[in-house]
Amino acid sequence: MTTIAAVRTGVRPHRGAIITGILLLWLVGFTVLRGRDTLSLGAADVTSLHTQLNELNDAVGANRNSNPLFLYFFNEIRLVIEQLTNFVSALVSQPAFGRPVPLIGWLGVVALLGYGSWALGNLKVGLLAVAGFTFMGLQGLWQESMDTFALTLSAVLVSLLVGIPLGIWAGVSDRVNRVVTPVLDFMQTMPTFVYLAPLTLVFLIGPASAVIATLIYAAPPVIRIAAHGIRQTPKETLEAAQSLGTTRFQLLRQVMLPMAKRTIVIGINQTIMAALSMVTIAALIDAPGLGRVVLRSLQSLDVGAAFNAGLSIVVMAIVFDRVTTAASVRVERSRRSTSRFPASVRKVALLVGGAGAVVCLYLSYTFVWAAEFPTDLDLGAPINRFVTGVTDWTQVHLSAVTSDFKELVTNHVLNPFQTLLTDSPWWLLFAVLVALAAVAGSMRTALVTALCLALIVGTGLWFDAMSTLAATLLATVAVMVLGLVFGVWMGRSPKVDRVIRPVLDAAQTMPSFVYLVPFVALFAASRFTGIAAGVVYAAPVAIKIIADGIAAVSPTTMEAATSAGSSTWQLITKVQLPMSLRTIALAMNQGLIYVLSMVVVGGLVGGGALGYDVVAGFRQNALFGKGLAAGLAIVLLGIMLDRLTQSVARRAQATTDHVRH
Amino acid sequence: MSIPSQFTQQQLGQESAGETTMTTTTRNELLETPTAPTRESGRSTDPVISVQNLWKVFGAKAADVPSSPELRALSRRDLKERTGCVAAVCDLSFDVAPGEVFVVMGLSGSGKSTLVRCLTRLIEPTAGQVLFKGDDILQANERSLREVRRHSIAMVFQHFGLLPHRRVADNVSYGLEIRGAGKKERAQRAADVIDLVGLSGYENSFPDQLSGGMQQRVGLARALAGDPEVLLFDEPFSALDPLIRRDMQNEVIRLHHEVGKTMVFITHDLSEALKLGDRILIMRDGRLVQVGTGADLVGAPADDYVRDFVREVPRSHVLTLRWIMRPVQPDDVLDGPELGPEVVVRDAVRVVLEAERPIKVVEGGQLLGVVGDAEILSVVAGS
Repeated sequence: MTTIAAVRTGVRPHRGAIITGILLLWLVGFTVLRGRDTLSLGAADVTSLHTQLNELNDAVGANRNSNPLFLYFFNEIRLVIEQLTNFVSALVSQPAFGRPVPLIGWLGVVALLGYGSWALGNLKVGLLAVAGFTFMGLQGLWQESMDTFALTLSAVLVSLLVGIPLGIWAGVSDRVNRVVTPVLDFMQTMPTFVYLAPLTLVFLIGPASAVIATLIYAAPPVIRIAAHGIRQTPKETLEAAQSLGTTRFQLLRQVMLPMAKRTIVIGINQTIMAALSMVTIAALIDAPGLGRVVLRSLQSLDVGAAFNAGLSIVVMAIVFDRVTTAASVRVERSRRSTSRFPASVRKVALLVGGAGAVVCLYLSYTFVWAAEFPTDLDLGAPINRFVTGVTDWTQVHLSAVTSDFKELVTNHVLNPFQTLLTDSPWWLLFAVLVALAAVAGSMRTALVTALCLALIVGTGLWFDAMSTLAATLLATVAVMVLGLVFGVWMGRSPKVDRVIRPVLDAAQTMPSFVYLVPFVALFAASRFTGIAAGVVYAAPVAIKIIADGIAAVSPTTMEAATSAGSSTWQLITKVQLPMSLRTIALAMNQGLIYVLSMVVVGGLVGGGALGYDVVAGFRQNALFGKGLAAGLAIVLLGIMLDRLTQSVARRAQATTDHVRH
Repeated sequence: MSIPSQFTQQQLGQESAGETTMTTTTRNELLETPTAPTRESGRSTDPVISVQNLWKVFGAKAADVPSSPELRALSRRDLKERTGCVAAVCDLSFDVAPGEVFVVMGLSGSGKSTLVRCLTRLIEPTAGQVLFKGDDILQANERSLREVRRHSIAMVFQHFGLLPHRRVADNVSYGLEIRGAGKKERAQRAADVIDLVGLSGYENSFPDQLSGGMQQRVGLARALAGDPEVLLFDEPFSALDPLIRRDMQNEVIRLHHEVGKTMVFITHDLSEALKLGDRILIMRDGRLVQVGTGADLVGAPADDYVRDFVREVPRSHVLTLRWIMRPVQPDDVLDGPELGPEVVVRDAVRVVLEAERPIKVVEGGQLLGVVGDAEILSVVAGS
């Protein structure tokens, strides 16, 4: 460890001094030139670029049915997706085929889901599915839940149909993998909400666009994980099978796929969770369902109603997660059942259960009472009242604490920092950021940074972008503080890890929308609320990455350091943190991306700046162009921050490598 | 080498799977039967596998290396510096006789694992020939290569390479399954082979429920199930702990007696090589250093590398009387006991020391030489 220290003292002060110098120059420039050339733009003002984008929107609208690209490509895609979506909706959520109700009523849906979960997973998750979906109905949100369910199902079907074969292909072929990986990387670093606007430009608003947006977001996990599962087959097992004379098809079918099965099911789980999350957010482009309820209630600050819908989303997420997890366990365990007896009992029970489900299906097709969810028992209203009560109480009694905290952070941290970024002349900040990128990263990073910043200037939203940047950076600092504290704690103690990790996992299965609800309740709509929601959304990822990094530090090194007489604090600061530098940089990278992807959602609750521009663009036709430009600016910020943190991570790696050799 | 069947049967009767304790001693005693063919006669039959000038070079433009007289001559390090290519196997040639246990020995990085994979083209060789019963495997199309792998040459791997999602029986019969054998035939054959390797009772276990040694028995059974002519072993026992390793070595010896397959055995362990191998090929940096019987290596090392290798080997355990006998002198009294030339020194010590006269080394009724106390003691005491 002394070598690390030596290298640090040898290299860092130099670099640190330069960075400090740059920051000092910036402060001086800021004091002298404050308020000049800030490129600020009023909320309703637009630039010529925005107008041009509006015109493009109009032009696309006018030529949608004549332009060959649309006629033979985009419209066809939309048509296919629309038909699939309509079909699934007709099954469970929308009146169809001349009936006043969907083909399958609530009883049929609940029975089928329960039965399916039992068959694929176990009895416990079957009951969970029944209870969960019944609960949604009891909240008075059956219709909305089914809309969300239908969209999710459609998107998942298409995602798997495309994703699994593609993933397997990428697993088998290096060439395909080389092509697919960077595309997936890009799709996953892109903040989730920004492609909604361009999608509406091409596919109009509505369910079809929602499904396509969801597809883009939800397919990457299953592709990646399926490819990984296939690639993970031990080389020697492959060789052994080959040495016995397998054909390539036999190798895939009998060796690779069975061994990757469990991993692929985990990929399906990830895809379902991502799809649910995105379908909720697609309320922004007029997708029906629970997301729309949350959105509407947030706008009218009706926390109770938002909570109802949010709770339904969480319940649905939990059901999906548990069922697919149980299914992946069954894949693993079914082959293990060495005794024949329980298997046959289960088979008979499943047959009987299946018959029961079919009966329920028939009832729900035929009788109104089984088709429309009964309204006699309403759980929604009491929950709503209770939450509203709690919120009111909180606002009355805790507001001293919460608003003090909010004011403190807003006035003494957020505002000064934001002003520093937004009120500096744009060219000064431009130069400062590029210089920092050059010093902290490399010339290449500096080039990318310069390019991104120039394009942001081009979008006409420099002021808003810097405001968003300030919020993002602050939120990321908070995320990293949380990440380091909890990550180190978890990484050092398996016991703590066992307690905290499930909470983080649960938090990650929750659609990002839902995070806003309690924060709006606590802090009302404000910039601070948006940032806080972003922090809470991003923290679990950062914490987990750091915890894994700390836990991965070689036990031998730890033993050596302990036997040399290091204190706990010395172990952390001199061994574990330096040895996890790269992981920490990676956590920062992921934290930034996650925070940034919450910017748009934050815009819904007063987050302002780019997030507000995007949301406004969905609402008002005149601001469409500006919203699109704001989305672009978010992507540019994302690319810039991603490259910057990655090159810092690489540098961290290089430093440790240098020490090791 | 093949063993007369009556001995094989006898051997079988005495030993059960778990507790085989056959050693080189017993094997060499078996060799002393008049019907045992000598190594010379083994060599004279047509080889099962004949490797000719085999090359495997990794790297861009690897194909240029074997065809360039200049590059061929370079050492591995120089080649790496000049072209960036790594030559794993360089210009290797050897023959494997039917029924022979042919051991390839070398340290890690010597290219031995690459070599064994080249034999069935799990790794595609860069140049040369691998003749299996006269046909060049390297020229075979995908289909006939698959036929060779399915029916003629099977392999046992260091880390077993079992399919974790299949039971032992299904792992064993996997090779039969992919070549289209019926369910009944597969089950029957699997049961037979599982019995042969001493795994009866574990048919329905999954690989991860077995110990390492038992997993390797599954690997062995899988290779045997297709009744191949040749078995390839890639350091099959290196991942096992020493006691299990010894058991498994004995198991291979037993199986060799029982089924008489030709075996190519890769190892980095000299004592394993000496214990199992009829002949041993020593590889270093991809090249052949020496090939011969254990006694050849110990008695006449080709260079300092081999000499260094065999330094720790007790010579009396490896050298045979052929190596230490001296020509008959006129004053020798030739009425002592007779022994064959392939008797290992260690086993002859008692006879020689107890005899009053030098013992006669006789092969096929012909007197080859004599061995007296002095010769024996020079091997046993000095080295």
